[in-house]
Amino acid sequence: MFSQIEEYYRLEKLPHIWCPGCGHGIILGAMTRAIKELGYDQNKTVVVSGIGCSSRASGYLDFNTLHTTHGRALAFSTGIKMARPELKVFVVMGDGDCTAIGGNHFIHAARRNIDLTAIVFNNNIYGMTGGQYSPMTPQAKKATTAPYGTIERSFDLSQLAIASGATFVGRGTAYHAKLLTQLIAKGARNKGFSVVEAISQCPTSYGRKNKPGDPAEMIKLQKQQAVKVSAAARLTEEQMQGKFTIGVLHDTPAPEYTETYEQVIRRAQAKA
Amino acid sequence: MTEVKDLGVLMQGNEACAAGALAAGAKFFAGYPITPSTEVAEILAAELPKVGGKFIQMEDEIAGMAAVIGASLAGLKSITATSGPGFSLKQENLGFAIMTEVPCVVLNVQRGGPSTGVPTAPAQGDVMQARWGTHGDHPIITLAPASVKETFEATVKAFNLSEKFRIPVILLMDEVIGHMRERVQLPRAEEIEVVERKKPDVGPESYYAYKDDETGVPPMANFGDGYRYHVTGLVHDETGFPSNNPERIKKFLDRLHNKLADNADEIIMVDETEMEDAEIVIFAYGSVGRSAKKAVKELRKKGIKAGLFRPITIWPFPVERLKQRLGGVKALVVPEMNMGQLVGEVERVAAGKVPVIPLNRYDGELITPAEIVAKVQEVL
Repeated sequence: MFSQIEEYYRLEKLPHIWCPGCGHGIILGAMTRAIKELGYDQNKTVVVSGIGCSSRASGYLDFNTLHTTHGRALAFSTGIKMARPELKVFVVMGDGDCTAIGGNHFIHAARRNIDLTAIVFNNNIYGMTGGQYSPMTPQAKKATTAPYGTIERSFDLSQLAIASGATFVGRGTAYHAKLLTQLIAKGARNKGFSVVEAISQCPTSYGRKNKPGDPAEMIKLQKQQAVKVSAAARLTEEQMQGKFTIGVLHDTPAPEYTETYEQVIRRAQAKA
Repeated sequence: MTEVKDLGVLMQGNEACAAGALAAGAKFFAGYPITPSTEVAEILAAELPKVGGKFIQMEDEIAGMAAVIGASLAGLKSITATSGPGFSLKQENLGFAIMTEVPCVVLNVQRGGPSTGVPTAPAQGDVMQARWGTHGDHPIITLAPASVKETFEATVKAFNLSEKFRIPVILLMDEVIGHMRERVQLPRAEEIEVVERKKPDVGPESYYAYKDDETGVPPMANFGDGYRYHVTGLVHDETGFPSNNPERIKKFLDRLHNKLADNADEIIMVDETEMEDAEIVIFAYGSVGRSAKKAVKELRKKGIKAGLFRPITIWPFPVERLKQRLGGVKALVVPEMNMGQLVGEVERVAAGKVPVIPLNRYDGELITPAEIVAKVQEVL
């Protein structure tokens, strides 16, 4: 299995730092399988990451890799993509990285519809710093900084992405790894800003304070709570309580930023 | 045929900066509007696409700095422009560019501070921030031009130094220089020296992105050119991957600093006026340097042996150059549009052997030649 995607890894950098039971390795596997399917040239592919557990992924991958500052991965990626639009750019972020400190960059990358594929490893917690609540920690769940349960409402990342202008939005989980591969490939093929929310589990930082905390139970919960988009359409709001949809949530093409900028160049040069 | 005399053009400092960036080969600008630097963004928004370059107005100052680094990694000479409040926000990724050795130019047209301060008045309050604004021990190059023409030249130089030494270069102007108009004759394209970053001369299989080639500045491959490597803001060894090894940490940080220290002569530029027999030295930079030049002229008329030591490169601080000039000097007068920032560095060099007298103004007004003359006369 791994032999099929081995070429995309810097093998000497493995094993990775992720804890036993963490879902991130599965998501990274899905991402590299998608790239395999897409047949992208490694020299023309860039992986940019922010800061946190998920963002260590860039170091393990044999592409042009950039491990940036916290929350800023999309802003760095915007510069890369504008400079060389022919490069395929994948952006790996965590939920805190993407939606808290990086929230502004996220909505504006979506608004511009710049051709980046953002993969948000959502484990509902700040893992690397030891389990503080993120904007995607479900309300009432505990964290080291929410010892009585968080009172904050959590973001719906997909709704946020759609409302901000992303042209492709998908959601998968570590349990639904095959679907995740398909979604990432579809997102990359979309000429525009694509968001794939990859639900992961963090038994170490999230699981220690909340139930279920056991990795196997956590991944089972992903299976139980996930409802395919097609099936969800037949369910009432009540029936969807405590569940979430997986699959392609949004796929609406729109003019892409760097392509439109090429027109700006042509207009400016015609005028000059 | 009658010869048409080239009278040059009437130009603002900010315009000269944009022109200098284009002359140096800049192909990318990302930034956020802020007074008094906005003209640079406006001009480059119009001019960059004409030369196939790209301009983007980002969602904030932080993103502007990040996008500039991304574009530079992908091979484009890149610049951003800001003022004090924006410069504060840029510090995070400025440190990233220093750490990852990604060339770029950051223009800060200083205004009064702290905080939002006085947006349309000049100041020199960001001098220490330019040096120490981002966290950790780090090297930096900062140039402070004093005229519109010099702004053009300093901008070209900023790109050249940045590309050569793989370090962000800060152009520290002030509202006076940014908005003042002067008649300038810009050099022709063929007269301008343009430096390109050093590319690897080995194949991808033997390329280590941060390996010293004895010059202290590793060759830089652009993303997409077939050299796949890792870039991180974590302390890294010559392979580019993070390291906690104390020896490697020290080796890396030493190289980062030594690449400037070993090339100080090339980086440090100083303009000296009447320094040969000067007994009173005025140390001034940026727009204050102009007033100081006029003051020297006035003082000489009065028979006072005054001279001007005007660093164009303020960081690294011209320690050796200034030291060499202290023989026979009775006093150093340091006018600054702040409460005393670079004067501390002057004092370190003077080391108590020559009295250092500050002259400060921080009310949003430029220090006048008359004020400098009066201070010198008071000292004598």
